[in-house]
Amino acid sequence: MTDNIDQLRTELLAAVSDAADAGALEDVRVSALGKKGRITDLMKGLGGMAPEERKTFGQRLNVLKDEVAAALDVRKQGFDSAALNARLASESMDVTVSARPEARGTLHPISQTMEEVAAIFAQMGFEIADGPDIEDDFHNFTALNFPPGHPAREMHDTFFLPTEPSAAERYLLRTHTSPVQIRTMMSQKPPIRVIIPGRTYRCDYDMTHTPMFHQVELLVIDTETNMSHLRGCLQEFVRTYFGVDDLTTRFRPSFFPFTEPSAEMDIGCSRKGGELKIGNYGDWLEILGCGMVHPNVLRACGLDPDVYQGFAAGMGIERIAMLKYGIPDLRTFFESDLRWLRHYGFAALDIPSVTGGLTR
Amino acid sequence: MKFTLSWLKDHLDTTASVDDISAKLTSTGLEVESLINPAAGLDAFIVAHIAEANQHPNADRLRVCTVETGSETLQVVCGAPNARAGLKVVLARPGVTIPATGDVLKKGAIRGVESQGMLCSLGELKLAGESEGIIELPADAPVGAPVTQVLAIDPVIEINLTPNRVDALGVRGIARDLAAAGLGKLKPINDAPVPGTFESPRKVKMALPAGEEKKCPQFVGRTIRGVKNTESPQWLKDRLTAIGLRPVSALVDITQYLTIDLGRPLHAFDDAKLNGDVGPRLATSGETLAALNAKTYTLDADMVVIADANAALGIAGIMGGAPSSVTETTTTVFLESALFDPMNIAGTGRKLQINSDARYCFERGVDPASAIPGAEVATRMILDICGGEASTLVTGGAAPDTTRTIAFNPARVKSLGGLDLPASESKAILERLGFTVAGTGDARTVTPPSWRADVEGWQDLVEEVLRIHGYDNIPPIPLPRAPMPKVALTAQQRQIAFTRRSLAARGLNETTTWSFLPSAQAELFRGELPLVTLANPISSDLDAMRPSLIPNLAAAAGRNAARGMADCALFEVGPRFEGSKPGQQVQVAAVLRSGQTTARHWSGSRRPVDALDAKADALAALEAAGASIAGLQTTAGGAGWYHPGRSGVLKLGNQVLAAFGELHPGTLSALDIKGPIFACEVFLDRIPQPKKKAGAARPLLKASSLQPVERDFAFVVDTTVAAEALLRAVKSADKELISDVGLFDIYQGPHVGEGKKSLAVAVTLQPKDATLTDEQIDAVSKKIVAAVEKTCNGRLRA
Repeated sequence: MTDNIDQLRTELLAAVSDAADAGALEDVRVSALGKKGRITDLMKGLGGMAPEERKTFGQRLNVLKDEVAAALDVRKQGFDSAALNARLASESMDVTVSARPEARGTLHPISQTMEEVAAIFAQMGFEIADGPDIEDDFHNFTALNFPPGHPAREMHDTFFLPTEPSAAERYLLRTHTSPVQIRTMMSQKPPIRVIIPGRTYRCDYDMTHTPMFHQVELLVIDTETNMSHLRGCLQEFVRTYFGVDDLTTRFRPSFFPFTEPSAEMDIGCSRKGGELKIGNYGDWLEILGCGMVHPNVLRACGLDPDVYQGFAAGMGIERIAMLKYGIPDLRTFFESDLRWLRHYGFAALDIPSVTGGLTR
Repeated sequence: MKFTLSWLKDHLDTTASVDDISAKLTSTGLEVESLINPAAGLDAFIVAHIAEANQHPNADRLRVCTVETGSETLQVVCGAPNARAGLKVVLARPGVTIPATGDVLKKGAIRGVESQGMLCSLGELKLAGESEGIIELPADAPVGAPVTQVLAIDPVIEINLTPNRVDALGVRGIARDLAAAGLGKLKPINDAPVPGTFESPRKVKMALPAGEEKKCPQFVGRTIRGVKNTESPQWLKDRLTAIGLRPVSALVDITQYLTIDLGRPLHAFDDAKLNGDVGPRLATSGETLAALNAKTYTLDADMVVIADANAALGIAGIMGGAPSSVTETTTTVFLESALFDPMNIAGTGRKLQINSDARYCFERGVDPASAIPGAEVATRMILDICGGEASTLVTGGAAPDTTRTIAFNPARVKSLGGLDLPASESKAILERLGFTVAGTGDARTVTPPSWRADVEGWQDLVEEVLRIHGYDNIPPIPLPRAPMPKVALTAQQRQIAFTRRSLAARGLNETTTWSFLPSAQAELFRGELPLVTLANPISSDLDAMRPSLIPNLAAAAGRNAARGMADCALFEVGPRFEGSKPGQQVQVAAVLRSGQTTARHWSGSRRPVDALDAKADALAALEAAGASIAGLQTTAGGAGWYHPGRSGVLKLGNQVLAAFGELHPGTLSALDIKGPIFACEVFLDRIPQPKKKAGAARPLLKASSLQPVERDFAFVVDTTVAAEALLRAVKSADKELISDVGLFDIYQGPHVGEGKKSLAVAVTLQPKDATLTDEQIDAVSKKIVAAVEKTCNGRLRA
């Protein structure tokens, strides 16, 4: 019996290792451990044996069975992994090909710049106000202390809508965002802190002018705000917007009908080699106009200029966008050239925030 | 406004450098536009003396000069014909940059003879355009001195004058500001009356009708006889030339000069060509006048002319006439110094399109007290230069009294201006500017001088003090603010910003297009809206306000296609104009797509865009802007510029929130753009705003632990049945149990028959309390089939 079992082990283990593939190995398993397999047959014979003999033979048979089963497992794993490897090899692809394209949308620089400006002034407690593009003479000129006969009131500067003979008012396209100052002061009680971004229009079309452009206006009205605050506020703004912490500013007296005193603000720059750089390089660049709200403007809005005071400022959105982002030509802002929109545009998720970083 | 440094120094006693003067001008509000200082860059050029000048051995036209600088003797080869021994010249030594060429001078040999420098011409120093020969300096020029000390170099300053500063229209006003700002002392001016030696035979006749006198409140004249109208002296010609004026003759030049010098325009008539008394009157409508610029103008009855008994002599305050003008043969002059109404001058100037220095001054407002002093200064200058004798003055009207007082509290300089300045300093500044200040403490009374019509209230006085003291001395202080900033945007502003970014996140490129468009295009897209045109468009292409954003986007797509980029995915958020009055504009988000979804790709993932892309864009914009998508109904069809079979509107109740679809091929061909193009318009203002919520908390999530069951149904319906109607019917079959219905197949063809289509839907059933039994599922299925049968006349597909 001993020899039989040893013989069988030798035969079965040889058959396992000789099996050429997974199918042949399965045949070996069936022939050894299947219902009619050789080990199974021997197991069936145990019942007819004397108890003592059955015990020793049964033990040895079990050892053989485990040994063959283990050999079959090892061999099977070998075949499985070879088969997997073969499948994987057959499945290989060229990973250098391009991924499926996705359209990358962009925001226009005007929208992005307006949001940047809003983010900065929001930190200083400003809210955002807006008003109509089509305005009347009162809001655009009269209430802003433009004297009758002022050149801006003439056809060569301002777009007018046809006047109906019965109309009491003359309608026009607002030439600045300042009429919203009037609308704000007439509808809201001080203290007021608003910024007013929006479309503006003037009859001018050349290298540096477009008939439509964008402005942002600032208005602060209370009983205390003075020119020190005006300087401080605008200085903080330009430093934050241009990302130059110690950017120097220069205030110059100027003239606007709706402010008194009036000023223009310059920021430090360099024009060396024809290239404009913002920073403290000794040269100056005009950036915005501003001033304390004119007493006549306050009066037009029903505010007593001996009690209420504050400042207003205005700047061109395209201009500050061009300066910050190095966009050379104003007219390209309105051409909708896809190459330009993709090049100068901003990612959808690039939301400017003072605390999270204004500019990526 | 242009002037030269020497001219300024006629009025200002100062030792300040031209750069300091320039900086101070800008800081007082007289912004320097340009400073042309010919002396800049000439520091290294020195005065030298030619000791010997000999013929060059190898060149006929060259000389070899021995040049002395006081400290050394150099050999210089020079080609100038006037290089000769004994001459004082301008020497450039090696290493110096020659202004005209920008080149650095090198030591070298010219035709074999060493040259250790260069003798310069005016042209080479950029002191003249062209020049012949080298500069010949005066014989007493000190050898070795910088030439900037010897040459008469007069820097030219141009300032950008703001319209309020009429006082700075003249050099004297500018000098006054600089003196007030501490840059020197204002010199006195001699405007004392010139005693007349005879009575003027010609008198003034004020002939403006009653009520119109303010168009010329004062007219001053004077006869000066025995004059010689020669060429002006060199200094006068130089000054006029330096600021770009052309010297004509002494009499003309003097009036030109005083316009710039004092901001006081005057006119000189040839007395021999006048008839009777002279003065202002209204022009008659259609009256013509041959002006000094050789053009003839037709006048109207609003315009003022200066006339004699026979004819109009000149357009008042703007330009004189040719027939009465002075010539070299003039011997008797009638001098005019008058005051005109700024509004009237501006109107006349604009109507006639004449830009003259006189108009520039008068339309801004000449000092109302300057007519007589101006006449005196001019008389003195004419007598000096042209000789002759002056009559007594003849006058008409009177200078208007503009005297007014302003109550002023010096503490306002701090409370409005932010500048802490002693009251005494404020007072001193105002006085230096010509204001008189009376009173003490916080109750001062300030009287502005006649030349400061722009100063009206105490705020103006604060400005005067600030600008003379210097705006840069105002300390910047941050705006005081709350510890935590509040939300700056309204709910609607946030939604618009979010809509914009949501559309960009869909791969769309935002653009900004004109609010204008050609009226022909406005007609195509206005529907029921009125056509809103401009009275004065900048061009016929931009003559109407847009009733829709689509035409401009379509034009943009067309331009991009012409550049080879046919795949466009553009959007714009902006106004459309529904009328021509304020408030008749609404915010619209518009999207336009053309071409293919993406670039060509090996995976075949691209496809042509279609109307449903536009629908998806509309829904995305609506959702971003806060609309509830679930409640929206899609209705087929749309405005005339859409393809009638491939467009729809998204409605909430009866309100159209958005329109989408393929653009009508007829509309595109009218725009001359190749289609197909797909677009949507979302009317952001029409989206109902959610009621203010109590908080940010969301309703509790009820996620069932029970498995949902999915069942598919295919229904055959008429092709006219809208898929949305069928989905709605299915959903309504059991609102409790049915959690979702999705259309996953549409079939039209022989298997369902003519005029029919098959719509296959996947229905998700979400049990709430217990797993669904087969009976329950069957029951729901029957309800679904019944509902579709009833509302859509559909049957289950076999």
